[in-house]
Amino acid sequence: MHLKLRHSTRYTYDTPVRGIIQMLRLTPRPHDAQHILHWRIDVDQDATLKPSEDSFGNIVHTFWAEGPLESLTITVEGEVQTENTNGVVQGTPERLPLGLFLRETRLTTPNDAIHKFAGKTAGSKPTLDALHALMEAVHKRMKFDIGVTSVATTAAEAFKAKHGVCQDFAHIFIAAARSAGIPARYVSGYLREDGGREQYEAGHGWAEAWVPDLGWVGFDPANNCCPTDAYIRVACGLDYLDAGPVRGVRTGIATEQLDVEIQVTQGSNQ
Amino acid sequence: MGKAAFDEMNGFGGEHRAAYRQLQAWLEDTPVELLEQRRLEAEALFRRFGITFAVYGQKDAEERLIPFDLIPRVLTASEWKILEDGLTQRVQAINALIIDLYGKGEILKAGIVPEELIFANEAFRPEMIGVEVPGGVPVPIAGIDIVRVDAEKFYVLEDNARTPSGVSYMLDNREATHLLFPDLMARSKVRPVERYPDELLAVLESLAPRSASSEPTIAVLTPGSYNSAFYEHSFLADKLGVELVEGRDLFVRDDVVYMRTTQGPKRVDVIYRRVDDDFLDPLAFRPDSMLGVPGLFSSYRAGNVTLANAVGTGIADDKAIYSYMPEIVKFYTGEEPMLHNVPTYRCREEEALKYVLDHLPELVVKEVHGSGGYGMLVGPASTKKQIAEFEKKLKSDPDNFIAQPTLALSTCPAFVDGEIAPRHVDLRPFVLTGSKGTRIVPGGLTRVAMKAGSLVVNSSQGGGTKDTWVVED
Repeated sequence: MHLKLRHSTRYTYDTPVRGIIQMLRLTPRPHDAQHILHWRIDVDQDATLKPSEDSFGNIVHTFWAEGPLESLTITVEGEVQTENTNGVVQGTPERLPLGLFLRETRLTTPNDAIHKFAGKTAGSKPTLDALHALMEAVHKRMKFDIGVTSVATTAAEAFKAKHGVCQDFAHIFIAAARSAGIPARYVSGYLREDGGREQYEAGHGWAEAWVPDLGWVGFDPANNCCPTDAYIRVACGLDYLDAGPVRGVRTGIATEQLDVEIQVTQGSNQ
Repeated sequence: MGKAAFDEMNGFGGEHRAAYRQLQAWLEDTPVELLEQRRLEAEALFRRFGITFAVYGQKDAEERLIPFDLIPRVLTASEWKILEDGLTQRVQAINALIIDLYGKGEILKAGIVPEELIFANEAFRPEMIGVEVPGGVPVPIAGIDIVRVDAEKFYVLEDNARTPSGVSYMLDNREATHLLFPDLMARSKVRPVERYPDELLAVLESLAPRSASSEPTIAVLTPGSYNSAFYEHSFLADKLGVELVEGRDLFVRDDVVYMRTTQGPKRVDVIYRRVDDDFLDPLAFRPDSMLGVPGLFSSYRAGNVTLANAVGTGIADDKAIYSYMPEIVKFYTGEEPMLHNVPTYRCREEEALKYVLDHLPELVVKEVHGSGGYGMLVGPASTKKQIAEFEKKLKSDPDNFIAQPTLALSTCPAFVDGEIAPRHVDLRPFVLTGSKGTRIVPGGLTRVAMKAGSLVVNSSQGGGTKDTWVVED
């Protein structure tokens, strides 16, 4: 599928801020089923984007903008060509040992309830079946609700509350998979939903888990499916904190208003 | 406590060990009243130094003095030589371990340390994988805790590769001895420790990134005046002649770290940081940290600033990793370890756990990630009820514990409640490693359990400190 993305993030401050530093994970890497045709990031303030790569192989841009700033807009525009591989991800740079992806993080520490849920759902099934069962069970248990959880909500909290957004679904899936002994990780990116919807208020988040013979396979518990060619895969990590699109700090006392606009459209195939 | 402990002055009883000959004669000649007077003077002195220590978890978290015991501990030059060689070897292995774990991972491939012990460990920082440590030495400052059980045998009790503290006490204690007992000092051939700050400065300078000038700018980064070790941070900055900064005094632009000064921004090359990994940089680690410097880790990755110690060195402090140190030393140095580990049962192993559960009243059980004497069981000193409670904790999460036999730690004469009596001690030498090799100031910080028979020397648990002498044989 030929996908076109436009993602703008606008911060408006009620009093000018003195400076902003941000770290962006907004640039996808190609893999066997994802070709980057065109991609650029713009910041509307005087700032240089310094590219680097983190331990997970994600492309990171860091920038510093000097104040006083009344607003800041980051615009991402890109085009990718994707293929449907039923979630199987190949051709990504894999430098980290698999064992690392069994590690608990603050956002993905399983509590007793998640351990039990994982044990009951995954049981002694073969890995791939276990993961599908987990995805389905998370999807069934959780209600998709915007605004009740935040970026700091843990898997255990969301599991108890039984609702959340894609990130919470993914964290629960990851916590449960690791509890069942299956390496798992968080993935951030974009999704063009079925039905021709083009405007979104947020990016998407899902999970990948390691299946012997297949390698990393994507699972999207919020949509109860494996990622298709409608997904743009951008960054991965142990949890949202490693892979989320923007981490930043500003100096100055101000209240910020955040406006995010995401447009994912299907281009015409040549 | 069962077997008698080795006393560094009197051996196993009645002996007069050569190391203490002079000190012992002095103690016999010095009236207790004079010692008592000196003790009061010492207290006033330490109040003036401003040495205090806040104890976590105590309701009245008021700052208090760590007791200073007047009577120096004495090691001979030949005893010190054994320690010096062994410590150098061990710290070189620790540095090699850190570089390997975040690099090629050869020790894991060789199956010497189990992978899951490393990867599941919070002190292991995935962010460091593949990062070339600016300066090339991840652990320039190590504090290795040593205990002694007889005339020959020293054991390593614990490795501290994260941010070992206590060196200010070593230096203040020596100064106090000079002031309180000038005649005794003049008579004794004690090797000096006063050059520690110069050695530390030389080490930090030697590890400056390539971008730095021949006189690199160094700063000590502290979490602030509410931190329990703030005294030491300001003390060290002062002795090193460098700025003491908090996170908000530094900023990062284009991957370069600057310090705000009255003359404008000044580039910083080396940061002796006393802020934990988690709080160093809200962009890379805990996003809610207010103590760190946003962008610092990015600058570090780019090789523009040296952090002493490096990020992720705490993995070497883990007590489960500790149990593999003899193999680790062999793997990296190709030599037999000169310093011994205390025999350690890993409760994650079924057979070891069974043994530990059967012998709790004899053992010391510790949390693998714990420090400061918190969360441990000293079997012989515990009630049946305490042991039963601990047993539950241990059974519910065996991976989290190791156990060791209760060692009869050596004792030294101490001046307590108006008399001289033996008290158990340990020793933390400070091992400095720069680009030109490893240096250790002779001695270290001796910690002493002030209660009779107690084996817990941690200052958070009421332990005191002593001046530590290395004297010519």
